[in-house]
Amino acid sequence: MNWDVVIGLEVHAQLQTASKLFSSAPNAAGATPNETASAVELGLPGTLPVPNGEAIRLALRFGAAIDARLATETIFARKNYFYPDLPKGYQISQLDAPIVGRGQLSVVMPDGATKAIGITRAHLEEDAGKSVHDAYSDRTAIDLNRAGTPLLEIVSEPELHSAQEAVAYLRELHNLVRTLEICDGNMNEGSLRCDANVSLKPAGSATLGTRTEIKNLNSFRFLERAITYEIERQQLVLEGGGTVVQETRLYDPDRDETRPMRSKEEAEDYRYFPDPDLLPILLTAEDHAAARASLPELPAAKRARYEQDLGLTASEARFLASERSTAAYFEAALAAGAAPKGAANWLSGEIAAQLNRSGEALDAFPITPAQLAGLLARIDDGTLSSKLAKTVFERMLETREDADVIIEREGLKQVSDSGALEALVAEVIEANPGQVEQYRAGKGKVLGFFVGQLMKASGGKANPQQLNALLKAALGEPGEG
Amino acid sequence: MSLDTLSAMRRALEAGETTAVALTEQALAAAEANGDLNAFLHLDPTQARAAAEAADARRQAGEGTALTGIPLAVKDIFCSEGDPTTAASKMLANWRAPYDATAVARLKDAGAVLLGKLNLDEFAMGASGENSAFGPTLNPWDRTRVPGGSSSGSAAAVAAGIVPTTLGTDTGGSIRQPAAFCGLTGLKPTYGRVSRWGMIAFASSLDQGGALAWSAEDVAEVFSVIGGHDPRDATSAPGTVAPASTLLRAPVAGLTLGVPEAFFEAVDSALQGPLAEARAQFEALGVRLKAIELPFAGDAVPAYYVLAPAEASTNLSRYDGVRFGHRCENPVDLDDLYRRSRGEGFGPEVKRRILTGTYALSVGYYDAYYRQAQRVRRRILESFTEAFESVDALFLPTTPTTAFKLGEKRNDPIALYEEDRFTIPANLAGLPALSLPVGFSNGLPVGGQLLAPHFEEGRILSLAHAFQQVTDHHRQRPTAGGVA
Repeated sequence: MNWDVVIGLEVHAQLQTASKLFSSAPNAAGATPNETASAVELGLPGTLPVPNGEAIRLALRFGAAIDARLATETIFARKNYFYPDLPKGYQISQLDAPIVGRGQLSVVMPDGATKAIGITRAHLEEDAGKSVHDAYSDRTAIDLNRAGTPLLEIVSEPELHSAQEAVAYLRELHNLVRTLEICDGNMNEGSLRCDANVSLKPAGSATLGTRTEIKNLNSFRFLERAITYEIERQQLVLEGGGTVVQETRLYDPDRDETRPMRSKEEAEDYRYFPDPDLLPILLTAEDHAAARASLPELPAAKRARYEQDLGLTASEARFLASERSTAAYFEAALAAGAAPKGAANWLSGEIAAQLNRSGEALDAFPITPAQLAGLLARIDDGTLSSKLAKTVFERMLETREDADVIIEREGLKQVSDSGALEALVAEVIEANPGQVEQYRAGKGKVLGFFVGQLMKASGGKANPQQLNALLKAALGEPGEG
Repeated sequence: MSLDTLSAMRRALEAGETTAVALTEQALAAAEANGDLNAFLHLDPTQARAAAEAADARRQAGEGTALTGIPLAVKDIFCSEGDPTTAASKMLANWRAPYDATAVARLKDAGAVLLGKLNLDEFAMGASGENSAFGPTLNPWDRTRVPGGSSSGSAAAVAAGIVPTTLGTDTGGSIRQPAAFCGLTGLKPTYGRVSRWGMIAFASSLDQGGALAWSAEDVAEVFSVIGGHDPRDATSAPGTVAPASTLLRAPVAGLTLGVPEAFFEAVDSALQGPLAEARAQFEALGVRLKAIELPFAGDAVPAYYVLAPAEASTNLSRYDGVRFGHRCENPVDLDDLYRRSRGEGFGPEVKRRILTGTYALSVGYYDAYYRQAQRVRRRILESFTEAFESVDALFLPTTPTTAFKLGEKRNDPIALYEEDRFTIPANLAGLPALSLPVGFSNGLPVGGQLLAPHFEEGRILSLAHAFQQVTDHHRQRPTAGGVA
């Protein structure tokens, strides 16, 4: 039987505000447990929440970026449940009247096509603290530093149809929140986390199957593997004549499988109701306009501009615009005078390979965009051959010096001086009469031998194009044989 | 006779006839002598004496305010830095607040001398004072009777002459009903006037702090200090509160006072005489009375007993034994920790409300209860708004009876809930409301209630003040030790 896979993602993005969502306590990790938890985060008797205006602005900016309906009145609600790291016994979240309504995100899918994925809503809520199970042997410790951190929960429509599409969507969203500077996107620290709802239905069926929710996926790889596993699992269940149980599951990366979370005796009832400590927040047309005005160039617009204005290929444009730091590096290099094509090639080639080797982020790359532009300038003006350029690049990685400094000190200039090269050519021709004979007898390939000899003699510094020209001038065209 | 009103103390302090230290010693001695009332849960003579000395120095430096050197106390639901703050619950028996409630901070800043913390119904849930985990408070007018609640200690401490004014909170009548039972004037300001920061929450959309004292004049003085916007409370109303002298100065003659007859017909016959006299008295002051109807007022009690417990059920979830408050011995697991800590820490009335509130918010019941109650609440507000189109303020009874006997209604929660039926509508509508003594029945005080449109505290304070210029109910005092 053929199955259609239906996936929707719920993404939690921690917003980069100075203070917490409902108090003036710093929105920071904290050096020691509970350091950044104020009386409000501790839920002390008599404390009250006051909404953080910056969090509201960042949420609106996101809404503007996905072209969503922005709320004119947004309401905070209490989601009630007991958990040790949830100090008040409820989480302040939103149910009705979320701050961001229906919008859409343009996603480049694995096949290279662009597809608009619906975003149902995005709402503000406070993060919970953390239960620490390994600090003491016989008890659980509670760290409330994370409690009260503003989260934007972004809920997609169930419009993704494979693990790879889900990853493409999450990458696009990841890039967007970073481009908007509303979230640092640091997935392994939990700044961006994802729950995946997965279900299967017979191919072409209009009715959705029963879904399971896989909680807390904190990397692209885990998202892909968890969904892949879950699709296979559900398929086995269904094809074995069973039914999928609607439940929450956790992905175990060590065993590469999903498992049901401890089953609850009864369905969770969160008893949502409007938080009486917080009045509805009214948002004006000016608030909406300010959010739109605060938008930087968005990834989709960047892709189009790179292709149309800079003359890059679609795949180059996708590569450069897919990641905020890549785009920022690229544009800084252009601003320092680099040509788009060259900068694109180096970013997707040497630089990507180096980052892959070192495991570093581009933000921490030892060669600055201006230094890259300096290196490219030496290629363009013929000072460096591409081979020499790579050598200079390696040196730059080590010393963090400008290309010019290295070229000067280490004498890595490509020799383009015709006089010097002509002398070399004459020398090599004289030393290899046999090969000259062969060439003249019609073996054109022997020219490669001379080029190799000359490069060796010049210590790799000879300009290959010039060399070819000089050789041909000295030897003439290969004979008719 | 000793000084027992705020204004008399203030005049004596300003005239140099007494000192804050002397007034504080007098208050401490009175608290000691009236220990049997169980009005105080925490008395702090050391802190009070230090504050009194500072107040005297401040007055001598010519920097005193109306409240500088005035001894007072607050309901033990207001956080005060470093002090026990229990909400009269075993749950918080050993908790000390690390900060001041905004109202408390403003009193301290004004130079008031904080004597200690006053008894109440646990988490302000009750109308008799009997729901305190630390024992009931007695009514100074008749020590076999309740002082009303939930601000039981706040009323008893003033009525017994210990302090001239106290802070209470009013969610469904918890300032006005005890004020009525104890012969005092009590103001529940407009919702949002007095910051809820540091006021332990019962029902956030209804809770409002206010003052109790003998007279409207004294209540106005405290209200003008504790009221006004506070950025730490997102529901705090913008703007400041006028000085007491301005609040009391609104013209009274020519005002129209709406009287909902249905309310007057619903009170115990013993109260009808004093209430009728009060109506005549207002007319004598040049106030026009107008019979009106308040549709939906009869639905106020059921709506309130859905909404208040619903909010309370989640406001009280934080008391889970994990971070502060009562924690059971040797929990075997997390569920056991929750069940036993909460089971042991909360009293029966609190549990009853948590259960009803949880039920009202549950899936499948939310629309029938919570949403329906919100609808009733809106209707009640609308009927008040409509009434205020033709009247300037309302006059109605505060309570259906005078103070009842201790134990009389303890086993009948519904009867006790009905106690609040005249006071609850103002909370549901967020209106300012004041109870003032209008006479006596069998030696027990009878209260009448004034309600005004939002933010018109000055109008009802002025009406009460004018009334008190020509009556002396507010000058009556219980005889020491018992029945008047």
